Amino acid sequence: MLSVSHLSKTFPGVRALSDVDFTARAGEVHALVGENGAGKSTLIKVLTGVYRPDAGEVTYDGEPVRFSTPLQAQQAGISTIYQEVNLVPLMSVARNLFLGREPLGRLGLIDFRRMHREADEALRGLGIRVDVRRPLRELGVGAQQMVALARAVAVDARVVIMDEPTSSLEPREVKTLFGVIRMLRERGVAVVYVSHRMDELYEICDTVTVLRDGRVVHTGPLADLDRLRLVAMMLGREIGEVREEGMTKFTGSHDTEAEPILRAEGLTVSHRLSDVSLAVRPGEVVGLGGLLGSGRSETAKAIAGALPTDAGRVVVAGVPVRSGSTAAAIRAGISLLPEDRKAEGIVPGLSVRENIALAALPALSRFGLVDDTRVDRIVETFMKRLRIKAAGPHQKVGELSGGNQQKVLLARWLALHPKVLLLDEPTRGIDVGAKAEVQALIDELADDGLAVLLISSDTEELIEGSDRVVVLKDGVVVRELTGDAVTEDALMRAIAAVPAGGSDD
Amino acid sequence: MTTQTEEAGMPADTASPKDDDAGRTNRSERLSALAQQHGALVTLVIAMAVASLSFDTFLTGDNLENMALSSAFLAVVALGMTFVIVTGGIDLSVGSLFALGGVLAAWGSQYGTAVALLLPLAVCGLIGLVNGLLIARVRLAPFIVTLAAMLGARGILLAITDEGSKTYLVDKDSFFATLGQGSLLGIGVPVWITMALFVLGAVVLRGTRFGQYVYAVGGNEDAGALMGAPVARTKISVYTLSGLCAGLAGALNAAWLVSGVTILGSGMELEAISAVVIGGTLLSGGFGFISGSLVGVLLLKVIQNVINQIGSLDSAYQQVVSGAFLALVVIAQTWLGRRRRVL
Amino acid sequence: MTELALSRGSLDRDRLLRLLQDYGVYAGVLVLLLFNFAFTPHFASAENFRTQAVQVAPVLIVALGMALAIGTEGVDLSVGSVMALSTSLLSLYLGYGPWIAALTAVIGGIVVGVANGALIAFVGVQPIVATLALMVAGRGLALVLLPQLKDVRDPGLASLGSGDVLGVPYLVLIAAVLAVLVAFVMRRTTFGRQVLAIGDSRPAARLAGLPVRRVLIVVYVCSGALAAIAGVLATARLTASDPTSLGNLMELSAITAVVVGGTPLSGGRVRIGGTVAGAVLIQLLTTTLIKHDLPPSWTQIAQAVVIVLAVYAARERGRR
Repeated sequence: MLSVSHLSKTFPGVRALSDVDFTARAGEVHALVGENGAGKSTLIKVLTGVYRPDAGEVTYDGEPVRFSTPLQAQQAGISTIYQEVNLVPLMSVARNLFLGREPLGRLGLIDFRRMHREADEALRGLGIRVDVRRPLRELGVGAQQMVALARAVAVDARVVIMDEPTSSLEPREVKTLFGVIRMLRERGVAVVYVSHRMDELYEICDTVTVLRDGRVVHTGPLADLDRLRLVAMMLGREIGEVREEGMTKFTGSHDTEAEPILRAEGLTVSHRLSDVSLAVRPGEVVGLGGLLGSGRSETAKAIAGALPTDAGRVVVAGVPVRSGSTAAAIRAGISLLPEDRKAEGIVPGLSVRENIALAALPALSRFGLVDDTRVDRIVETFMKRLRIKAAGPHQKVGELSGGNQQKVLLARWLALHPKVLLLDEPTRGIDVGAKAEVQALIDELADDGLAVLLISSDTEELIEGSDRVVVLKDGVVVRELTGDAVTEDALMRAIAAVPAGGSDD
Repeated sequence: MTTQTEEAGMPADTASPKDDDAGRTNRSERLSALAQQHGALVTLVIAMAVASLSFDTFLTGDNLENMALSSAFLAVVALGMTFVIVTGGIDLSVGSLFALGGVLAAWGSQYGTAVALLLPLAVCGLIGLVNGLLIARVRLAPFIVTLAAMLGARGILLAITDEGSKTYLVDKDSFFATLGQGSLLGIGVPVWITMALFVLGAVVLRGTRFGQYVYAVGGNEDAGALMGAPVARTKISVYTLSGLCAGLAGALNAAWLVSGVTILGSGMELEAISAVVIGGTLLSGGFGFISGSLVGVLLLKVIQNVINQIGSLDSAYQQVVSGAFLALVVIAQTWLGRRRRVL
Repeated sequence: MTELALSRGSLDRDRLLRLLQDYGVYAGVLVLLLFNFAFTPHFASAENFRTQAVQVAPVLIVALGMALAIGTEGVDLSVGSVMALSTSLLSLYLGYGPWIAALTAVIGGIVVGVANGALIAFVGVQPIVATLALMVAGRGLALVLLPQLKDVRDPGLASLGSGDVLGVPYLVLIAAVLAVLVAFVMRRTTFGRQVLAIGDSRPAARLAGLPVRRVLIVVYVCSGALAAIAGVLATARLTASDPTSLGNLMELSAITAVVVGGTPLSGGRVRIGGTVAGAVLIQLLTTTLIKHDLPPSWTQIAQAVVIVLAVYAARERGRR
C-alpha cells in the first residue's frame, strides 16, 4: 500500500536515514521500533509529508508520490495519530471530528444535527459513548486519542500511522484501541504502529521493522522473533556477546561501601512513574536502564524537582528535599543535566562564561553585584578542566558543538559543588571524541566522591559506566543489577521479561 | 496557551487528568463554562436592576435610547474584535480606524451615500488586510503590527484633515445622515444595523466553516493546520473583518454626529477588547461567542451610565471599573483554565 | 556543527543582517544628524540640542524599563498610564513638598508594577494582557485622582524641569544617570544575567534553579518605577499635570525605541545603548520632519513604518 525504497535523509551533520526500505501492506499491522535517534520519527515524517527525502522513492498504491505538506498526505488517505493529541481542545468533539469537512445544509451553513448524529455514530462505531457536543477538553486523554483515531478513520484513511498512541492511555482504553486496530486491519487498512511496549507489540502487530542508526536492521513477521532477540536488535547488541572493557572510557567500579547520599522513595507521577525507589552512594555511578518511555528521564526530573510528584520523597544526606522545586533540589545539592540540551539546558544567546556562571551566580556575587574576577577564575578553571573548545569565554553557547555545549552544562553544575549529579543522556548527539571525554569525566567525578545517576540509551555506556543498574519498565522498577550481574545480557533480559502479572501474550 | 501552565512551574505535559477525577472535573468544568458564558449576562441584569431601582431616570425611554445608541458603535467594533481575539490575536488599530472611517465617511458624504459608506470600508478594510498579511505571512507579532497600524492610521487621518483642524460635515438632510440619526419603530437606525450585524456575525462564527477555522486557529494553530484549516487565510480574513467593522462603525458614528470628528476613537481599542473579554471570550483564543461581546459592551455602557447618573463621580471611574473588571475576568479565566488542566 | 554547514552566501547575508540590527540604529542617528547639519537651519546650536535632549528624556526613561520587560520576552503596555497616574499623584501630594510628592508618585508606579508582575509571574497571565488591564485601570485611576489639567506651581519642581548644571538640563542628566544605572545592572549584576537567561530560555532558567517569578516581578516593578519617574519629570518640565494626555501612546514610543535599538521582542537580549540611540533616532526623525515643514501626521506614519521595519529585521535574526 505504502512503501519507501532506498530512502535517505540527511540533516546538517547527521545522517538520519540511509537506504531505508519499508513497506506497509493493506490489512497488516506493522510495528516500527528502534531506540532514540534510530530514525523512526524521521521515517514517519517523510511518509506523512513533513520532510522531503534526499534520495529514494515513496510509493503509494503503486504510484510514486511526493507529498509536500501533511495536508496532501492526509487528503491522499494517509492519517497520522500523534503521541500528543493534535486536536483543538476547546472545540466540541463533533466539531473536531468534522473540521474542514462539515456537512453543509441550505445557505452553506453547517448542518449541526447531521454533524452531531454522524459524529455520534462514528464514535459509537469505535465503542466510545460521549456527548459529542461537549468540548473535547472535557474528555480524558484516552478518549481524546480515540477521537483523533475516529477522525483518522473517518476520512477514509487507507494508511493509519500511530506514533506511540498508548503512551497516555489506561489499560481499558488500550483494549478499545486494539479493538479498533483489529477492525481497521479487517477493513484492509495498513497500520503502522510505533511503540516501545513489548507486550503491546506482540499483542497487536503482525510484522516488525527494526531501525537502528538510520538503517533497517531487521524486517519480517513478528511471531518469528522472540522478545530477547528483538530487544537485542533494538539496542544493537548480540546476546551472549562478550566484550572486553575499554571500548568506552570508563575505568570500572568505584567504592560502593558508603551510606547512600541520595535516596528516592516511592516516586509516583500519574501515567509516568509508579513507586520508583532508588539510592545512590557517594562515589557511585548508578545507571538507569530501560527502553525509551520507560520512565528514566521522568525519574531524573522528579528527583530534581522539575516534575511534580503525586507521591514519594527525595532525601539527600538524610535531609528530605521539598518536592516540585528545582531551586530546593539545587540547594540540597542535586544537579540535573537534562536530556533536551537545546531546549532545557543551554541558554543559547548567552556566552560560555554566562552559561557556566548562571546557576552559581548568587554565590559569585556580593550585594547582587557579580564578582567578575571570581567568575573568570571559575570559568577558566572549568574550561581548562573540561577541555571546553570555544573561541573564548565570550563566544555564544549556541554556536558551539554539541559536545562542548554539554561540557558547558556540566561546568555550570560542577560550579555549584553538587553532591548528586543526574545525567540524562550526557553523550547523545555529540561526536566520538567528545563522548570519550565526557565518559572519562563522569568517572573522574565519581572518583571525587560525587553520586552519579546515569541515563543512557547507549547500552555499552550504561553497563560499563555504572556500578549498579536499576532497570525501569513502564514506569516501574523491574530489576536491579549489581556486581557481576551488570551485563548487557542481564539488562536486555530484564527489559524483555514478560511482566510477572502475566500478560495475555 | 500552555504558557499559562508553564508559568505555574510545571511542564504542560504532566497535566493529564486522572481518570477517577473525571466526574468531578466534568462538573466543575461545566460550572466554570457556565460562569464564563453567562457571568457577564447575570452581572448585566443585576447592574440594570440595581440601576433602575436607584435612579428614576435610568429606566426612561430617553436614557435607554441613548445607551443603546452609544453602545451601537462600540458594539460593531467589538464584533470584529471578537473574531480577532478568538483566533488568539489582538487588534489595537481599531480606535484609529474608527476615527479614520468617520472622517472618510463625512468627507465622502458630499458625493453621496454610497461613497460615504464604501470609502471608509475600502480604506479601513485595506489597512486591516495589511495587518493580516504582516501577521499571517510575515509572521510578526499581532500587537506590534496593529500598534503600528494604530499610529499609521492616525497619521493618515491627520494628513487628510489639515492636521486635525478641519472637520468635514455631513448634510443633515442627506440619506446618509438618516443612517445615523433616523429611527425605525422608535429605535435608532444604527441600533438596527448593529443588531443585524450581530446576528450575521453570530451565524458566521457558529454556523459556517470559516467560523470553525477561526476557532481552530485560536484553539490550537498547529493541530488546526494538520487538520487542514487554512491558517494564514483565516488570520488575514479576521484582521480585514476587524478593519471593516471599525471603519463601518466610524462611518455610522459620523452619520449620527453629522460630522467627521477627528479626535474620536482613542482608547476605543481598549474598550472593545475589555468588552469582548468581559463577554467571556478567552484572550488566549479558541473560545468565545458573539453574543457575549454584545453583553460586554452593554455592561460597560451601563456602568458608564450609572457613574454619570451618580453625578458627583467622575466619568473616569468607568475606566477604573472596566480595567478592574478586565483584570478580574482575565484572572478568573487563567485560573479556571489552569485548574482544568491540572485536575 | 550546523553553523559550519551554512553556505558562504547565507553567512554573509546573516552577518549583514546582524550588523544592520546591531549598528543600524547608530547609523540612522548619524545619517539624520548629518542631514540636519547640512540642510536644517539653526540645527547646530546648543539651544537646539538642549531642547531635543529634554524632549527625549522621558521617552528614554520609560524605554529603559520597557527594555527590561522585553528582555524577559514580555512587554509593559501600562507605562503611559503609569505616567498619568504619577502626574496625578504628584500634584495631589504637592502640598507635602515636592520630594514627598515625587516619592508618592514613584511608589504609585511601583504598586502598578507589583500588580503587573504578580499577574504575570503568579497568576500566569500573558504580559500583554496583564499590562493591558493595568493600562485601562491606571489611566482611569489617574483621572479619578485628578480629573483635569492642573497647573503645578512649585519652585522645586520648576527648577527640576528647567534648571541645568553646566548647561546640561537636570532632566537629561537624570535620564543619563538612569540609563547608565540600568546598563550597569544589566551588565554587572546577578539580576541582569537572570533577566537575560529567563528571556532567552525559560525552561533552562527554571531547571538551572533561577528565581523566575521573583525576577519577573522585579522587572515589572522597575518598569513601573521608571515610568513614574518619567511622569514626574514630564510634569516638572510642563509645569502642569495633565492626566488626560500625559503618556498617551508612550508605550508605543518606548517599544519603538527598544525595538529599533536592536533588542529583539523574543527576549534574551537587552541593548541599553541601542535603546538610547533608538529613542534619539525617533526624536530626530520627528524633529527633521517638523523642521522641514512636514506635518505631524507624517511623523506618525514614518514612526509606524520604522517600527514594522525594525520588528521585521529582528524577526529575520530570531529565526536563525
